[in-house]
Amino acid sequence: MEFRFEIEGGNFSKAGTASSEVKKILKQLNVDPKIIKRTVVSLYEAEVNVVAHAYEGEMNVEIIPDKVSVTIQDKGPGIPDIDQAMQEGYSTATPKVREMGFGAGMGLPNIKKNSDQLNISSKVNVGTIVEIVNYLK
Amino acid sequence: MKVQDIVDQLGLKICSGAAGLNREIVGGYTSDLLSDVMGNANENQIWLTLQTHKNIMAIASLKDLAAIILVKGYQPEEDTAAQSNEEGIPILSSEEETFELTGKIYDLIKRTK
Repeated sequence: MEFRFEIEGGNFSKAGTASSEVKKILKQLNVDPKIIKRTVVSLYEAEVNVVAHAYEGEMNVEIIPDKVSVTIQDKGPGIPDIDQAMQEGYSTATPKVREMGFGAGMGLPNIKKNSDQLNISSKVNVGTIVEIVNYLK
Repeated sequence: MKVQDIVDQLGLKICSGAAGLNREIVGGYTSDLLSDVMGNANENQIWLTLQTHKNIMAIASLKDLAAIILVKGYQPEEDTAAQSNEEGIPILSSEEETFELTGKIYDLIKRTK
């Protein structure tokens, strides 16, 4: 099964809607609630990153019997140093985004903790691709 | 312990999502950092925060939280309240500060266990 969701850069009132759709689908498929919880945390963080940093993006979800693979791809500023971005507490979020309670530098570490496989590739001034895989068994 | 019990015992104001007042509460989490709540709160917990924008509802819904309590008299923004009504996850409000309120709720939940 494959699904595709658009993510609008800068629109915080819609942040989380793609993750919420994926949660509903996984629930309907009777996926183990523990795996749903982990997947939802990592997808939400990746979605918020697109909203907070990029111009636009999309979430592509593929569900096969033994795993859920999600690719979150955006057009945006990219990440110059991925290792640095992975560090807990490191953030480039704007003051406005921080005031909302985002931008604490916990997003990417949260994704790492809540996914079985994580791959990030990025090109400065082009965009970022985040690939998340969680096994269903 | 239900959300309604905490409302009654602490005299909280119900801002929205009254359909969810019978939700069961098993614990609580206090934080204003959304990723902290996303990463560390658990389902059926009550969440204390001063954030009032719509993203708190996205988190409450994704994490299956029991309810949100806004501290220091804060009120939810209009679209936040609308989503709370839609999802049946209550948003409550208290005049008290986070420290006092967290302590009282901790006590209440501990007593029922």
